[in-house]
This record gives sequence, structure tokens and C-alpha cells, in this order.
Amino acid sequence: MSLELVCPAGNLPALKIAVDNGADCVYMGFKDNTNARAFPGLNFDQASAREGIRYAHAKGKKVLLALNTFPQADKWQRWQAAVDNAAELGVDAVILADPGLMQYASRTYPKLRLHLSVQGSATNYEAINFYHEHFGIQRAVIPRVLSLAQVEQVVKNTPVEIELFGFGGLCVMVEGRCSLSSYATGESPNTCGVCSPAKAVRWEQTAQGLESRLNGVLLDRYGANEKTGYPTLCKGRFEVNDETYYAIEEPTSLNTLEMLPQMMEMGIAAIKIEGRQRSPAYVEQVTKVWRAAIDAAKRAPQAYNVNPAWMAQLGKLSEGQQQTLGAYHRPWK
Amino acid sequence: MKLSLGPILYYWDRDTVYDFYAAIAASPVDIVYLGESVCSRRHELRTDDWLDLAGMLASAGKEVVLSCQALIESESDLKALRRIAGNGLFAVEANDMGAVRLLAEAKVPFVVGPHVNVYNTQTLQLLAGLGAMRWVMPVEMSREELVSMQACRPQGMQSEVFAYGRLPLAFSARCFTARHHNLPKDDCRFSCMSDPDGLLLKTREGQPFLVLNGIQTQSAAVYNLVGEIDAMRASGVDVVRISPQSAHTAEIVQQFRTAIDDPAAAREAALRMAELMPDQSCDGYWHGRPGIEQSAAANVRNAA
Repeated sequence: MSLELVCPAGNLPALKIAVDNGADCVYMGFKDNTNARAFPGLNFDQASAREGIRYAHAKGKKVLLALNTFPQADKWQRWQAAVDNAAELGVDAVILADPGLMQYASRTYPKLRLHLSVQGSATNYEAINFYHEHFGIQRAVIPRVLSLAQVEQVVKNTPVEIELFGFGGLCVMVEGRCSLSSYATGESPNTCGVCSPAKAVRWEQTAQGLESRLNGVLLDRYGANEKTGYPTLCKGRFEVNDETYYAIEEPTSLNTLEMLPQMMEMGIAAIKIEGRQRSPAYVEQVTKVWRAAIDAAKRAPQAYNVNPAWMAQLGKLSEGQQQTLGAYHRPWK
Repeated sequence: MKLSLGPILYYWDRDTVYDFYAAIAASPVDIVYLGESVCSRRHELRTDDWLDLAGMLASAGKEVVLSCQALIESESDLKALRRIAGNGLFAVEANDMGAVRLLAEAKVPFVVGPHVNVYNTQTLQLLAGLGAMRWVMPVEMSREELVSMQACRPQGMQSEVFAYGRLPLAFSARCFTARHHNLPKDDCRFSCMSDPDGLLLKTREGQPFLVLNGIQTQSAAVYNLVGEIDAMRASGVDVVRISPQSAHTAEIVQQFRTAIDDPAAAREAALRMAELMPDQSCDGYWHGRPGIEQSAAANVRNAA
């Protein structure tokens, strides 16, 4: 099986740049809360989706469509229509999280390929096989919580292809099982496709420093020489027993370049790059580095070494300029 | 409406757990959920101990349900899950789709726990077809959404609402309690045992915000819908869930029982509960607002 590079496309320019720089697949969403990056100014309308699919297919690349939020009872129709639209547009797969929606998609469009989104929270093979048996999912994206040994155990016990996150923003919580954002703001990834939404963020210069607040809750306070970051709820500094620190997670990016040969060896089907909310320039640089790394690892897995230039390049693009192997590396936990 | 007691979410020592359930056996709660649903490293009670407690509570007339872990990662987690799914005596609360698969295969009736994402009727219908008899709505779901769900609920499906306790908001592979003590998770020294109601996390201006409970993150504020009993009844809720805390749980159960049996007494019950909660109350989610908010009408702490 050949390892695929799956790159983020927040808009048409990013999609084209990803395709031009070595993505095997791009993933995108519609312009509403049917996907987990429902940010203002992002995503695809009918015309841009059509053009994006045409562009990618003309170059032999695939387009995946994320419909990975959970339809709420009275708004079901919007998600169902999005599945219809995806099938009509001719995407190569839809990435779903909700079992009800998977059932609809598999019954209505038996030929439409289904991927289980990371938002589906499947962290073990019994869960993945559940989705396979009932809806015929062909690939699952694993939450960023398993160690590499645990991932291997999953791969050995399921016929479903496994996709792992390789680079980008790091969710410290199990995706699909985090309501921290709605606790503070009323909007969560599951229901609204957002986490710590920008409209709830306020920056304020005070006597004690620059403060970031999320719907009034103080997430962090920065000294004059400290670097600021986007105020994601779990990446703020808080007080626990009179100690102030990053109590949940530091602002950092996941980077698994050094694990690439191991991931290929265990039969991972695809590596996903996070970041549909990032700029086309970001997508270009990350895609180039990962293309080069995957090609090198495929050519000579034994001789594979992480090129310092790749790390330097990705380092510049990382949150807080910090990188981690995350849960793949046991001590992180 | 029936009253249930959710699983203990914290790590208490064995004697404390046994004493706790001895008191619960005598309390006016109808359903008791038992088991370790948060962290597989916690082992003060083994599966046999939980089954022992289940037998004791069942003979005291309680309906007993065994709760599964929410985050199932390793082969040993799956082994524990298979043991619970195949227990042969008690119903099981599934908190993961892997558990749903095993329970459906074993044809064991099950409760869909709050950590399985059921946000629409289509998903609930599907689970009903696999053997679900009851579902606990996700904590972030509002009354209005619940009403939409109830309008076309599957035949015989009971609904349960998490109505009291610090809200379980998130799960991680990382243990935040061990992190606080600068310990690796694999050598956590079971430090969460020193925090029987979790470890309080405050903002840098001292606002109680969250509670760290090992790999789980909870709200610092106590979700309290005692003032919404009538609304829950009107929405067709079958079971009202109380989440255990280290002190006063039996009294909280009593206050909810009073409020359920006599709507006129609900306000007084709310007033008495102000002294029994580990922190301020919140009820935002129920009203379709940020979870942390407390509606003015039912502010338990202020009312006191």
C-alpha cells in the first residue's frame, strides 16, 4: 500500500497550491457548520468546490470532503443535503463523524467512499470495525491520543485503512469528546464546527500585561517580551495550587517526521496535515517538506534521516515555534 | 421520573467506595451506575469488587448498570470491556462505539452513555435497533434540542439527563493530574487520589474554571438542574442523573427526590443544596447558552 499525503484546503488557492506541490489528496469543507473548520471566510461554495475538484482530478489527485460535525436534531436536513451535494459533485470520499449520517450516506450512495473522521473518536479497533460493519467505512482517522504501539495494534485488527495526523495544530483532548469550547462560549467542534471561536476572543492591554479572554474568561496574560499565540482554551496558562503554568497543553505543533518509516512499516495508509484555517503559503511549505520526506522514506526506508532543513522549515510554521511527537511518543502523556 | 446515580468519576480508596455505596443503598435513588469510567490505571476496586457491589445494591432494590470506560485505547482496556459486556447479570452503559459493538453482538440491552455522541434521532434509532434501551444526552445538549429529539424518539427508548454535578467536559491521553505533579502518566503514583473532587484549575485572576481529574477535564461549577425538574418532566425525561461527589451525595439525592415528588418543594430543595455543593452552580447548557453560565432565575448559590 502506498502512503498518501493528505493536505488541507481551506479555499481554492490553498487547494491548487497543495495539488501543485505534491499532495495526493486534499480535504475541504462547505461554507457552513457541516465541517469542523467552520471559520468565517473559509471553505468552498458550489462554484469553487466544482473548480477545485476539476483541478485536482485533472492532475490525478483526490478530493475528500469533511462533513464531520454532528447534525443536530432539528437541523438534520442541512447535513443530509451536504451529503447529497458531495455525491453530486463527485468527491472521492466524504469524511463523516455521525453514525446517523453515515447510515444515510451508505444507503443512499452505496458507491460513495466513506472515511471516519477523527471527530468520530474511534481509538480502538472494535469501534472502527463497528463503523466498517454497519456503513462500510474504508478509512479511519485516528484521534491524536494513541501511542505508536497502540496504533499498530489497531492496524493489525481491522480491515479499515488507517490515517494518522502528521503535522499541525495539536488537540490534546480526544477529538469529538471535548466540550471545553462550548462550556466557555456555547459553541463546540461537535455542534458548530469551531473551537475557541474568534468572535468570542478579546485582547486587552492592561497594567498587568496583554490579556486574552474567551467570552470573558481570562485564558492568558503576556509580559512585554512574551510571544502571544491564538487563545485556544486548552493552551492558556492557569493556576493550579498557586502554580501558574500551561496546565493542559503548551502552544505547540505536532510533528511526526521522524516516525515516518515506522508508520509506513506498520501499514499506515495516509498522513494528514492539519490546517485548513492556515494560509496558502503555509500549505505550500508544509506540503513540499512532507512530499520530500515521504518520497525519501519510500525510496530508502533504511537510510531515511530527517533532513535538518525540513525541521527548520516546519519549526518556523509551528505554533509557538514548538514541536512535539504528541501521544505517539509515550512520555508526552 | 426516576433518579439515578452516575458512576464515581474520581479515584477514592476502596473503603470509602464501599462506605459510599452502603449509604447509597439506603438512599432514595432508583438506578445506580457502577464502575471505573475514567482511567484504566485506577485499581482500588477490581471488576469482581464492582460486581460484588452491584449484587449488594441490587438486593437493596436498586437497578444496577455497569459503566464502561469512555476512552478505550489498549488491548487490556478491551479485555476489561469484554468482561463487563459479558457479565451476564447487569445491564451496561456504553461510553464508546467499541462497547456498542460488543454489546450489540452479545445481545445485551445497554444504556448509551453521555460520551457516545448522539445528537440526532437517526443515530438514536440506529442504536435502538442494536439494543439500546436508554440514552443519556450529551452534556452540552439544550432543553430545546432534547425536545426535538423526544418528538420522534424510538419506541420504548428512555431518556436520561445529567442533572447534577461537575460536568465531564473532555478526555485526553494525557493525565493532567500527573502533569501537575511533574510525574509521567506511567508512573503517576495515583496522585489523583488526593483530590476526591478533582484538582481545581483557576484563571490567572482567580476565577474557578475547570477541574482536573486525571485524564478527564470537568467544569469547576456544579451543573444543577434541580430548578428544572418541571421542565424535564414536561420534556418527557425518564431519568434524572446525579453525579457523585465526595461529601453530601446522599443529601443531594434526597433533595432531588423531594423536588421530583413535590414540585412545590423544589425551590426549598435548591436553597438547601447551596450548602452541599463543592462550588457555584451553572445551568447554561440546558438553556442553550455557554455551559458556564447560570440563569438568573435559578441561581442556587445566590438564592441562598
